[in-house]
Amino acid sequence: MTELTLAKALNTALHAAMAEDSRVLVMGEDVGRLGGVFRITEGLYDAFGPRRVRDMPLAESGIVGTAVGLALRGFRPVVEIQFDGFVFPAFDQIVNQVAGYRARTHGRTSLPMVIRVPFGGDIGAVEHHSESPEAYFMHTPGLHVLSCGSPHDAHWLLRQAIECPDPVILFEPKARYYVKGEVGPAPDLPMTAARTVRPGRDATLLAYGPTVRTCLDAAEAAAREGRDLEVIDLRALAPLDMAVIRASAARTRRVVVVHEARRTLGPGAEIAARLDEEMWGSLDAPVLRVAAWDVRYPPARVEHDYLPDAERVLDAVDRSFAY
Amino acid sequence: MGADDPTRPVQLLTPDGRRVEDPRFAWRGGDTELVTMLRRMMLGRRLDTEGAALQRHGELGLWPPLRGQEGYQAGIAAVIEPADMVFATYREQALALAMGVGVADLLALWRGAGMSRWDSEATRVAPFSIIIGSHPLHAVGYAMGVDLERFGDGPVPATLALYGDGASSQGDVNEALVFAAAQDAPVVFCCVNNQWAISEPVTSQSRVPLYQRAHGFGIPGIRVDGNDPLAGAAVIGWALDRARAGHPVLVEAYTYRMGAHTTSDDPGRYRGDETSADWAAKDPIERLRRHLLDTGLVDDAWLRAMDAELDDFGADVRRTCRELDDTPIERAFDELIGEPGDYLRAERADCLDWLSTAPDEGDAA
Ligand SMILES: Cc1ncc(C[n+]2csc(CCOP(=O)(O)OP(=O)(O)O)c2C)c(N)n1
Ligand SMILES: [Mg+2]
Repeated sequence: MTELTLAKALNTALHAAMAEDSRVLVMGEDVGRLGGVFRITEGLYDAFGPRRVRDMPLAESGIVGTAVGLALRGFRPVVEIQFDGFVFPAFDQIVNQVAGYRARTHGRTSLPMVIRVPFGGDIGAVEHHSESPEAYFMHTPGLHVLSCGSPHDAHWLLRQAIECPDPVILFEPKARYYVKGEVGPAPDLPMTAARTVRPGRDATLLAYGPTVRTCLDAAEAAAREGRDLEVIDLRALAPLDMAVIRASAARTRRVVVVHEARRTLGPGAEIAARLDEEMWGSLDAPVLRVAAWDVRYPPARVEHDYLPDAERVLDAVDRSFAY
Repeated sequence: MGADDPTRPVQLLTPDGRRVEDPRFAWRGGDTELVTMLRRMMLGRRLDTEGAALQRHGELGLWPPLRGQEGYQAGIAAVIEPADMVFATYREQALALAMGVGVADLLALWRGAGMSRWDSEATRVAPFSIIIGSHPLHAVGYAMGVDLERFGDGPVPATLALYGDGASSQGDVNEALVFAAAQDAPVVFCCVNNQWAISEPVTSQSRVPLYQRAHGFGIPGIRVDGNDPLAGAAVIGWALDRARAGHPVLVEAYTYRMGAHTTSDDPGRYRGDETSADWAAKDPIERLRRHLLDTGLVDDAWLRAMDAELDDFGADVRRTCRELDDTPIERAFDELIGEPGDYLRAERADCLDWLSTAPDEGDAA
């Protein structure tokens, strides 16, 4: 076990993957000498050189599009999108090309590539730097959509994503890049599995990325008042690990989904619909969502009025118990 | 670069403040305009210095320094006309200031107290696009609209799109050039080549001088010394006139980002000091100041008065920043769309209800 920040855990994952497999490449904006604006690619340029750690022209569509070609040629590109809001110039490449390639070729050609996206708010940034666009990609068949909530998962999910034969988008909670945690010596779960980070009996909180901590805080506060909340880090948003979600829901009979993505058609909408379809009648309350409001990300000085926090989670738990 | 080398930027004022001639471009302004340009550059620089300091003191979340890039901005301000329209970037705050965008509105964006608060219709300055390279297409469309409204053969207002050397790689920017040429839109592209896109040197974007790219699109391209306000005014003025006559043109303003990309950036990690020192010797303010002193258009008394004015302006910038009101979250609902629909209305009510009763909340707002 080593204690690392989430950022460093991603960085060591890239170092290890590149050292292990010469076909792993890193591509993006400012990923070379600078080491990325969040320093996730720090040291890679010196260790592996400019041919494998590539500062690309400033065009996200171009970066993802050429990564497709590299993957076709047998390389394993790991693309860094600098901030969440800048993934959209690459949206066509991701949705139509990256996600569709295997099906278009009747299963013959899969694209082993990773797109890393720092996401989420709470960093006091200007517009387009605090977005949570994961639902757009969950809605797109043909992609693995992952998010890490801890340094251990950041490290091992990225390693597993690089090894995956299919395209993976990894959403990294940028507000938690510099928080430390233990990173184990090996992965303890498959990439597609959810993780119960706090077992509990009375209600289930489903979270991922930045809201895992929010939910753990809420659970601690609830425990002081005698309520025992279970917290699950979903990790995989597409496909969702419904087995773990259902099992927890069956035990606690109350579910609250918490995310920074907006409420309408956010991940919580899909989870609520599935639980409704798959467990109709066996819960004690409807699945509740704690999410960002359905407005544009507001100016940073009021972002705390927009983002879910532990108080809003506890309020939802209270509402769940009121049924 | 010899005198007849086309990659040599058009220059009318040398770094040591001497006037030189160019066979194609001439400075047509008078003495007052020269003094105004110096004043505007000094105000722009002071705004920049104050902005960076306010960020250090935690009053702003971020600041994108413009130091060294005052020259072409003052040049543009000298030749832009009231009916023209400018689509600029976050680096052109000296230009925005000169065109009448208020200090409070500029600072609100970086403080996280607002979005693009200024009136684009009145100031002729569109919101800065943070998604780099997205706005030249808007400029082309705007220019197409201007062209649609054309009546007779007279001149039309010009539309100006500024974007960086890094942004020049974006697909949208290249599409903008294709569209402008194909539609013969009355638009001026000003590619501001400050040699860097965060840590990436311009050579990461292009193997040819950026102005030369215009030719492939079927648009004239020309390179101007971006640190020379006179040349900036002359060349952009010529380009705007060409747009007014109905045709697109590209100008590459050749300059240098003297500071960090933003206050979050640490250029020591990717570039040495030598080039910056060379460029410091080409400072736009210093060259015009010298020229005006040499020609007697300003004197020490004028400079002292200007210093006092700058100090007042600086104090005003600091006060304005601290007095900025936050934009309460309900405005994110109210300003989203004309008809929000029932459930967004209900959500707004839930949000406000929550904020008025929540345990730790009810922010300063
Ligand atoms: C679509 C998009 N990708 C990435 C970024 C992040 N980013 C902001 S500014 C910048 C560099 C821009 O360089 P350039 O166009 O040369 O303008 P400069 O900052 O030098 O004025 C980058 C990569 C962004 N804002 N938008
Ligand atoms: Mg630049």
